[in-house]
Amino acid sequence: MQTLFERPESLQTTRTHYCPGCTHGIIHRLVAEALDELGVRENAVGVSPVGCSVLAYYYFNCDFVEAAHGRAPAVATGIKRTRPDLTVFTYQGDGDLASIGMAETVHAANRGEKIMVIFVNNAIYGMTGGQMAPTTLPGQVASTCPSGRDVNTAGWPIRVVELLSSLVTPAYLARVAVHRPQYVVEAKRAIVQAFRNQIEGRCYSMVECLSICPTNWGMTGRDSCDWLEKNMIPYYPLGVVKTPEGSSSRARVATQGA
Amino acid sequence: MAKKLMKGCEAIGEAAIQAGCRHFFGYPITPQSEVPEYLSRRLPAVGGVFVQAESEVAASNMILGAAATGTRVLTTSSSPGISLMSEGISYIAGCELPVVLVNIVRGGPGLGGILPAQSDYNQATRGGGHGDYHLLVLAPASVQEAADLIGLGFDLADKYRNPVMVIGDGMIGQMMEPVEFRKSPVLDLPPKDWALTGARGRKARIITSLFLNGEELEALNLRLKAKYERMAREDVRFSTYNVEAGYDVLIVAYGTTARICQTAIDLLREKGVSVGMIRPITLYPYPYEAVAKAAEAARAVLTVEMSMGQMIDDVKLSVLGKRPIHFHGHAGGVIPTPDEVVERIHSIRAGFQS
Repeated sequence: MQTLFERPESLQTTRTHYCPGCTHGIIHRLVAEALDELGVRENAVGVSPVGCSVLAYYYFNCDFVEAAHGRAPAVATGIKRTRPDLTVFTYQGDGDLASIGMAETVHAANRGEKIMVIFVNNAIYGMTGGQMAPTTLPGQVASTCPSGRDVNTAGWPIRVVELLSSLVTPAYLARVAVHRPQYVVEAKRAIVQAFRNQIEGRCYSMVECLSICPTNWGMTGRDSCDWLEKNMIPYYPLGVVKTPEGSSSRARVATQGA
Repeated sequence: MAKKLMKGCEAIGEAAIQAGCRHFFGYPITPQSEVPEYLSRRLPAVGGVFVQAESEVAASNMILGAAATGTRVLTTSSSPGISLMSEGISYIAGCELPVVLVNIVRGGPGLGGILPAQSDYNQATRGGGHGDYHLLVLAPASVQEAADLIGLGFDLADKYRNPVMVIGDGMIGQMMEPVEFRKSPVLDLPPKDWALTGARGRKARIITSLFLNGEELEALNLRLKAKYERMAREDVRFSTYNVEAGYDVLIVAYGTTARICQTAIDLLREKGVSVGMIRPITLYPYPYEAVAKAAEAARAVLTVEMSMGQMIDDVKLSVLGKRPIHFHGHAGGVIPTPDEVVERIHSIRAGFQS
């Protein structure tokens, strides 16, 4: 008998605390599959954030350390610089990564830390109960913008991978989505590539995963998937925004202009 | 190794290397920028890694990550920078990770100044950040002692799995003195069987300070408390000056201030006045019993600090009202002179005779 589907070794058997319909489970599985397939589970150290995935270390079957809110890239820097042989990844949400941790995010990318960052963008604060995130869409209702995000006072949602793509330092920056199977396949490919970049000592990598939050969006899972496709993808275009090779030509242009 | 004339900050950097530390994460701030400058030159030469962090907040979290792999790691800063690092320090204490931090204290509050001060005593000895935790705090009074305590600090951090702070004022960091790098006595250190090294052939390890269950979090707090009590039993350090001769006033002072007081004691001795001094070297755990015992032999106690009176609370906790306690202090970078201390001793003694 051929085994067609099984639990990746890099996932624990623990039941997760995630809400019904949440896409964290899918992203956890993709990361775990990538660790398995690349054979680095026993060499990996994950860094968990503050947010919905704060307890991620109970779900992954590899070494893990917590980070203070937003500081996962700094913690990952400390790990990677002392043990460059380890495969180091952070797993962060939008509030953690793009609000309180923006400085750590930008500077880890700019130093070209050879780490992999999984960025789960569901356009809202999940754990604290549905407050506005830096990625909440214009007009989107959240518990701290009950009339919808007002771009005149809260600014426009931050496109993180595009923002990081302006850095001259080589990097792999991709945005994927996980709300439909065909997108999940692409997401997996990006995550594997990001890990590979690190294993080969190539560059900093971030994979931004557009994700749903049925609980705090106040929608069913199916409606959430439709909402993501209709509202998030047009604002947050999918694809590889930057590759380490692509950045070198950008760097040359900048140098010549200077 | 022969003695070398070195600036305190550079001696601190070299002492860390001699203690086997090969990793530094930090952010420049006066009056300690010579430490990162020195290590940015020296560490690559010995196969180490120097990282200039984007902020003290980031630096404190970088050393958490570095320590989590079981690696000796150093950061150094000065008062406002230590405030920013308090986030990471609290997590490091909660995760029970060994790191060495150096605070070359400058006057405050706020941006304050860049001149020597001892105004971070409370911050250093009471934890500094949120939650129920303590650092083991070592206070050198010379460049030589700063170098020695860095070596000892790395061992004590490993012994207790606890952050250690070496606290000096700008004087310790900036002055040049002869220094010799001595091997600290090798402690029997526990194995780092908690370090994150990849789960090869073993169960995955987790380092966290998050315990959502009240009993589990209390268990962590009780474990930390037991650790602090062990520090108080095994690692209280202090030195005394001129106590053999007998004295009617006892000075309590630490760091640079203790050296000023030592000069004052010498001046008084020439005039036939005998004053004793006890100098805490560990500010936490504090030498409560030793201060209490030394105070018993005196009629009064004088606490001298470069602050508006912070360590004096611990002196009061030592003496427990059995002797009058006087205070002499300056702040903001104004340094007490030996003559001032002499004057103060004369006025205290004049009170005895009336």
